[in-house]
Formats: sequence, structure tokens, C-alpha cells
Amino acid sequence: MIRLSGVSHFIGGAQILHDISLDLPKGGITALIGPNGAGKSTLLSLIARLTPLKQGEITVDTLKIGGCSDRDLARVLAIMAQSTHVSARLRVRELVGFGRYPWHRGRPGPADHALIEAALERFGLLPIADRFLDEISGGQRQRAFVAMAFAQDTDYLLLDEPLNNLDIAGARGLMRLLRDMADRDDKTILIVLHDINYAAAFADRIVALKNGRIAATGAPDQVISDTLLRDVFDTDAKISRIDGRPFVMV
Amino acid sequence: MPVSLSGFLTDPDSQQVLIVSRLPRTLAALLAGAALAVTGQIMQILARNRFVEPMTAGAGQSAALGILIASVVFPASAIWAKMGVSALTTLIGSAGLLLLIRPLPPTQPLLVPLVALVYGGVIGAVVTFFAYQGDMMQFLGSWLTGELSGVLQGRYELLWGAAAAAGVTWLIADRITVLSLGENAARGLGLNVALVSGLGLAAISVTTAMVVVTLGAIPFVGLVIPNIIARRMGDNLRRALPVAALSGAGLVLVGDMLGRTLRAPFEIPVASLVGIAGAVVFLALLYSEPRRG
Repeated sequence: MIRLSGVSHFIGGAQILHDISLDLPKGGITALIGPNGAGKSTLLSLIARLTPLKQGEITVDTLKIGGCSDRDLARVLAIMAQSTHVSARLRVRELVGFGRYPWHRGRPGPADHALIEAALERFGLLPIADRFLDEISGGQRQRAFVAMAFAQDTDYLLLDEPLNNLDIAGARGLMRLLRDMADRDDKTILIVLHDINYAAAFADRIVALKNGRIAATGAPDQVISDTLLRDVFDTDAKISRIDGRPFVMV
Repeated sequence: MPVSLSGFLTDPDSQQVLIVSRLPRTLAALLAGAALAVTGQIMQILARNRFVEPMTAGAGQSAALGILIASVVFPASAIWAKMGVSALTTLIGSAGLLLLIRPLPPTQPLLVPLVALVYGGVIGAVVTFFAYQGDMMQFLGSWLTGELSGVLQGRYELLWGAAAAAGVTWLIADRITVLSLGENAARGLGLNVALVSGLGLAAISVTTAMVVVTLGAIPFVGLVIPNIIARRMGDNLRRALPVAALSGAGLVLVGDMLGRTLRAPFEIPVASLVGIAGAVVFLALLYSEPRRG
């Protein structure tokens, strides 16, 4: 379980997060939604200790953020950052292999190699495993980064807007892989999403943020409503239901 | 004095030339070249940019500044003490560059080498100013233009240290490669980013200082070699570093041999030859760099 209590955050005098308290139970996909500037990415990077936590407390299982080592946390929680721009020329297999780093610290054994091959196969990357990252499409690159996080073999996986720049096939494919990881491998996935429809289709829970405060939490069915769109997103788009699932009419 | 193979077997004078002058010079070229190529590659990962290398990006100039300071303030100090001061100023100079380029947007990759060149130029100007004030201009040339004509037994051995410092980086090659994913991704994988960056920077500084103290600055080796290798085999340093070391050693050796023979009996400094060839290759690399999304 990821537990936040009383988390506030300031950037240059501006308060980004206001006293956030939130329990994310183990298992399933939680989508973090909200308008631009709501504090979604900040919240994610605080949980992943990439931004130093100044006020409040965050625990991931028994590990306390700010109090545990980077290495211990890296075996429990993986983060895929928003920008996956890598200036180094690396092959897909090498990138996925770095996911094993928290476990082998630079000396991969046979078990690590087996896990890397398994991750490559699962994410359909075997045919391009020896290509460089700058020689493959954006969708394939994004998949390679998720495969790296998968190879990290953590219970928790955090993703910051992984659907950016992906076409519909790439976006759906990636969300299905995440769904599959949650269902088959009991991963706990926390994902920042821009598109509410993707959140409605793939997430078990939704946490809506506005101006650094939690505006709503719950199952997509309960959370996504005309009121939410008006109050949180300041838009008068309507919700309709298709196959029992809420759908934003854009 | 010409040395032939048969002469080496029989003639003690030939043996003497070989051991005191020819062998050290060859070793110096190999060691310096290997060390420069390796530190160039590390620098490019620390700076997250392909187009910087220590010698032109402030480290070389900072090393010269250190020797200058040591020569003025402690003129009687031993060579290794000068090297120590020089390594310290190089460390400060390289760290300064990394801080300076930190806020630059990664979408503008050419800003970093531009800033680095200006930064190196500014430090170079400071060095020249103080050398002029201290009446040491004649030494300045020997630090800023690397050449091997002065290499003799007993006067190049610091380069073993430079090569060793570069060799140490191979032990943490995997960690430095993880760093190339970016600071956040590296921390997410549990890497001690500050420690690994610090070790890389220390290796760069020690190596650069040793080469500048012993031979003088040799530019472009650390730029051209890593770029060519990255294209061919990528940036996985565990595999790339040994190839970089070999290629750098070969480049400086060939440069020195050409410098000795092109205008014999005069010598062209290896820094000038490598610099000209490197500049041309660098331009070619810049223009053929594939645009990345």
C-alpha cells in the first residue's frame, strides 16, 4: 500500500500540493487525472523520491520515502518518467537490461538475462531487441521503457503520462499491457493520464486532482460525471454511456 | 639517430635510444590517447551531450591554470605536486561547466558545445593573462599545445597514472551507462547519482591534468573517437570503453608518427595534427548527425 498523509509541496513560493492524504491499496490500476498544473506529476515524483519530500509523509509498504535508501526503494517501486529522451545510443535489449540494475548492481547473472529475455518477449520487443533506441518508433520506444520497468520486477509501477505522442494503436497497446501486468502479475500501477476516456477504460480507480487538492476518488463509474468535468476540468463536455462505461463526448 | 632492427640487437647505443627515447615516446602516445578517448566518452555522458570533450571544454584550460598557479606560487614543487594542484583546478573547472550547462534545454544539443567552447575560451584567456603577468608565456605554449618531442624515460611516467585513472572508470562502466538514461531514471534504478558522477568527474580531472602536465593539451581525441564508436556500437560503456581506449591510442600514435615524418627533421606537434584532422571529422559528424525526435 502507498500511503500519503499531509503531503504539501511548494515550488518557488507557489503551493503545488495542499495537504494531500491518500491511501492506494495494493493491486490494480489507479489513474491520476486532472487539468494541467493540478500537481499530478509533482505527486508522482514525490512518491518516487525524485523530488525531495519536504512536508508530510509517504510510505510504500514498509519503506518511508526520504528515510529509505534509493536502492531498497528501487526493488519495490519503478518509475517511468514523463520524458524518456535518452541522449545515449543504447540498444533495446541493453535498455531493458538496466531494469535489472537494482538487483545485480552491474553484474548480471543468468537469472537476470532470463528475465530480460522474458520481458522482451512479453512486450513484443524480441524482433527489435538489437536495434538502437533512436532507430525505432515512438510507440516501440515507450514499450521498451515499460519493459525496462517490468524487468525491474517491482510490486509498484509509476508512470507519468506514458501515452504522450502515441497514436491510438500505440496507446491502446500500452494500456492493455499495463492492464495485463495488473491482472496477471498483481502489479500496483499508478499512472498519470490526460485522456479521461483511457482512464475510464483501463483503470480500477481514479484520483482526480485540482489545484493541488484531491477533488474526487473512486471507481471510474462513480467519479466521471458532468459535475467532475465542470468542477475539475472547467469544461462543459457531456458524458454519455457506451456499454455501461462513461465516455466523454469531446 | 636512426635505429634499425639489427642495430637494436647488437649496438648498445641503439638499445639506449630505444629504451630511453623511442619506447617511452610510443608508450606516452598510446597511454595518453587511450586515456583521452575514455575521459571524452565519460564527459559526454556526464554532460548528456555528444559534442563536448574535456580538453576544449574548460578542463584542459583549467589544468593549465593549475600548473601555472603551482609554478608561480610554489616554483620549487615537484612535478606530482603541480599535477595535484592541476587536478584540483581541473575538477573545479569541469564541475563548473556541468553546473553551467545544467539549465540548458536538451532539445538544443548545440548550445552545450557552444557554451563549453566559450567557457574554455574564458578560462584560457585567464591563463594567458596570468602567464603574461608572470612572464611565463613561453611555458604556456607547451601546456596548451600537446606534443611528444620532449618525452624521455623518467619524464612521461605520470601517464601511466592517467591511463590507470581512465581504466578505473571501466570498473564502474555499467553505472555510468545507467547515468546516461538521465538523472531521474538513474535514481529510479537505485543508482547513487552523486557518487557515480563524482567518480567520473574525478577520473576526467586526474587524467586531463596528467596529460596536460606531461605532454600538453591534445584536443579532439576525446570528441572524435567516442562519437565514431557510439555510431558503430552504441554507448554501452562496458563494451565501448575498451574500443575507445584502443582507438584513441592508435590515433595519437599515428598523429605523432605523422608529425615526426611529414616535415622531418622538424616536428609538427601531435596536438596540431590531431586538432586539424579532428576539426574536420567533427564538422562532418555535426552535419551528418541524424535528427532525432
